[in-house]
Amino acid sequence: MGSLFRSEEMTLCQLFLQSEAAYACVSELGELGLVQFRDLNPDVNAFQRKFVNEVRRCDEMERKLRYLEKEIRRDGIPMLEIPGEVPEAPQPREMIDLEATFEKLENELREVNQNAEALKRNYLELTELKHILRKTQVFFDEHEGGASTTESMTRALISDDPNKHMGQVQLGFRDKQESLEFLPCFVAGVILRERIPAFERMLWRACRGNVFLRQAEIDTPLEDPSSSDQVYKSVFIIFFQGDQLKTRVKKICEGFRATLYPCPEAPADRREMAMGVMTRIEDLNTVLGQTQDHRHRVLVAAAKNIKNWFVKVRKIKAIYHTLNLFNLDVTQKCLIAECWVPALDLETIQLALRRGTERSGSSVPPILNRMETLEDPPTYNRTNKFTSAFQNLIYAYGVATYREVNPAPYTIITFPFLFAVMFGDLGHGAIMAVFGFWMCYKEKPLQAKKIDSEIWNIFFGGRYIVLLMGLFSMYTGLIYNDIFSKSLNIFGSSWRQNYNESTLTTAKSLQLNPDSMDYLQHPYPFGIDPVWQLAEANKIIFMNAYKMKISIIIGVFHMLFGVCLSLWNHLYFKRRISVYVEFIPQILFLLLLFFYMVLLMFIKWTSYGPSPPNFDDVRTSGYCAPSILITFINMMLFKTDPNMRTDCDDTMFAGQMGLQKFFVIAALMCVPVMLFGKPYFIMKEQKARASQGHQSIEASAENGTAGGAPVPASAHHDEDITEVFIHQAIHTIEYVLGSVSHTASYLRLWALSLAHAQLAEVAWNMLLRKGISTLIIIHTLSTCRAACRTRRRTCACGRCRWRTRSSPRSRGTCCSGKACSPRATRAASTCTWCSRAGPPSPSPSWC
Amino acid sequence: MGVSILPIAIFTVFWGVVGIVCPFFAPKGPNRGIIQVVLMLTASTCWLFWLCAYMAQMNPLIGPRLSNETLIWISRTWGNPISD
Repeated sequence: MGSLFRSEEMTLCQLFLQSEAAYACVSELGELGLVQFRDLNPDVNAFQRKFVNEVRRCDEMERKLRYLEKEIRRDGIPMLEIPGEVPEAPQPREMIDLEATFEKLENELREVNQNAEALKRNYLELTELKHILRKTQVFFDEHEGGASTTESMTRALISDDPNKHMGQVQLGFRDKQESLEFLPCFVAGVILRERIPAFERMLWRACRGNVFLRQAEIDTPLEDPSSSDQVYKSVFIIFFQGDQLKTRVKKICEGFRATLYPCPEAPADRREMAMGVMTRIEDLNTVLGQTQDHRHRVLVAAAKNIKNWFVKVRKIKAIYHTLNLFNLDVTQKCLIAECWVPALDLETIQLALRRGTERSGSSVPPILNRMETLEDPPTYNRTNKFTSAFQNLIYAYGVATYREVNPAPYTIITFPFLFAVMFGDLGHGAIMAVFGFWMCYKEKPLQAKKIDSEIWNIFFGGRYIVLLMGLFSMYTGLIYNDIFSKSLNIFGSSWRQNYNESTLTTAKSLQLNPDSMDYLQHPYPFGIDPVWQLAEANKIIFMNAYKMKISIIIGVFHMLFGVCLSLWNHLYFKRRISVYVEFIPQILFLLLLFFYMVLLMFIKWTSYGPSPPNFDDVRTSGYCAPSILITFINMMLFKTDPNMRTDCDDTMFAGQMGLQKFFVIAALMCVPVMLFGKPYFIMKEQKARASQGHQSIEASAENGTAGGAPVPASAHHDEDITEVFIHQAIHTIEYVLGSVSHTASYLRLWALSLAHAQLAEVAWNMLLRKGISTLIIIHTLSTCRAACRTRRRTCACGRCRWRTRSSPRSRGTCCSGKACSPRATRAASTCTWCSRAGPPSPSPSWC
Repeated sequence: MGVSILPIAIFTVFWGVVGIVCPFFAPKGPNRGIIQVVLMLTASTCWLFWLCAYMAQMNPLIGPRLSNETLIWISRTWGNPISD
């Protein structure tokens, strides 16, 4: 038997590795993926293990790589996938080189980023200054008159007082002479647009309305250097008088984080400053560009190797984590490891160890010892790319214990088959099969692409399942006779209609009677008759009866198969008692109740129906056919329900009542056997072992031989008998209730297949039919146009206005085949398309 | 009984060949067991499914309820022209 039918045989091995060779050997074993190491230092803290420093170094390298990756992603540089094979873990001495490389890269990147930020800050300040200079020009220009516009401003602000000295407005500087006078000053700056209303209000309140604010928005957004956001700012200029107001205004500006800039008052000064700012901005731009280029170059160089580095660092970390599980022996020269190994792979592992020692240049070969143990080995199922998907399906329900039967090989067929019973459509199944086939055919190129989407990975991981589901769905679609909710009539329907003309014209809908010549007395040879898809009124009634029955039939056979697998387990583990006390009652319970119901279905299908040629036997006609559900319920309740219909038998076959009573009683008697059988035998065994153990201990005490044999047996001794009973009770209840509920749950095969059929119908009526008819209209119009392009005719309706250069005498037909042409040549023509009369125009176009 | 021997014989023999004869010819290798199981299970499930569809229809208890237009069309295309 292939190894997938049962989990593999595992051995516990002890591995002795020389310290120098340990790294290389673990690297080789890691590439194989066949060994499971046990933790020999479970009490040791993670921070006290031997190789914790190396793990820390790997963590640090990973952090640097993650930083690099973030920067690469920020710039949108594509990271090259690993070409060819995945790299192996590098030697320990290479680790230092890698660390140095990463350190250098990280430092360079950080420096570049810092410089760029400083430059951007500078750039921002200069840009804001530029905007200020531009906008404040507007403010000052608004008031005409006077070389110094501020003079006019001050005239407006300050009341007419001939005593006051009207002079130039100073930028905050006070002349000695005017130290007693308060002169108007201004400050200019830039603030975030959102803060302007609050800023204005605060200014108004704090300065008691004695300041004057003008603001203008900056149209282009500016880049914030630290967060790289684009923000909108506004330029403002505040006019005030006096020192106190000045301090107040400055404090408020600080509070609202507005940046103030020195703005010269004279236009000439301003122009000079503006030019200086422009040159400086240009210089900064060049420097910024160069910085970004440098950063881009560094990142592109790193992006080539970064995936490679990630894999290498992860492998190093994994190796050191594994080495942390090992024990250092007394001489400190050798590492000891314990591992579970599949028995069939011992050779491969020996070879890998030898390769590892050769690579590390060590002279001492590693030693692999098999160990005996009473522990439960882990379960290992060897799968290939096809079977691994189905094995993962089984793992979702649970992992089998060691050397138990593995349900996965049977799932390869039963899972897609059960899906197909619910999906059952030839058209949809074909689409699914094509999709699955494409994924399997293009397996290698699609795998190499390494697409990141999770949904795609789910579908791609299950590509073989999808392919099988599609193929089986095509088969069940053929049986259900359903292709996009239409049926195929390949072999000729078995139903005919025999109504005469008068009946047909008077009645809107009529039913065909199987008990007559309407049914040809032999069924459609493959699948459901195509006539049922046409019978909108009672198609569902027939399909319900059919699909519910097949759901239960498939379900009972599936469950019987599962219980038989447990027999195989009992035989393998040599549990003969379990066969008699667990398997036989279980299978009898299932057979006597549910398999009997399946038999009733088959009996009903064969015994009741039309009775040609006279169709006169009422007792076997559909009129007398009993409901299987009612029969089953009555059987369980020990009721005898007489058939209400006259001329009908009470039972389906002779002796049914007696047989049913016997079945139910026998099935009910299986339950206590399941409940008490196994505990009883375990109790007997324990008693026998106890008495035997006492005897052999006495014997060995006399001989002095080690009583090794009975000692492990007494380990089982301590199994509490109440626990055994509880365990068995849980299993029994689970089985009995489970058999009922699982049988009923197979009805989902009917429910989903009904839902799919209805949805397919809706999809046809609302989607495909309307889509195809629109397609036909468009196609017709486009061929009309294409045909029109080669003609030169007019009809008065002028529907088609395409003109071409073919000969005016060319006749042809209108795209629909109507003979527009002959009539168009006549003086009074009528377009057959639109029946509008009128002569053809001189430059005709086709109708 | 509305049984007709020919379809039953054909499909039973077909799935019998797939499920009973073909496993003997499964290619030798590590996957021989899997291929045999796949063939046997496919044959049994597909044959059972076909058999249920056949048996459900061989003695029908009800007939389809069709509109009169459909019935007229059936007469025209499937034979049985309408009598008066």
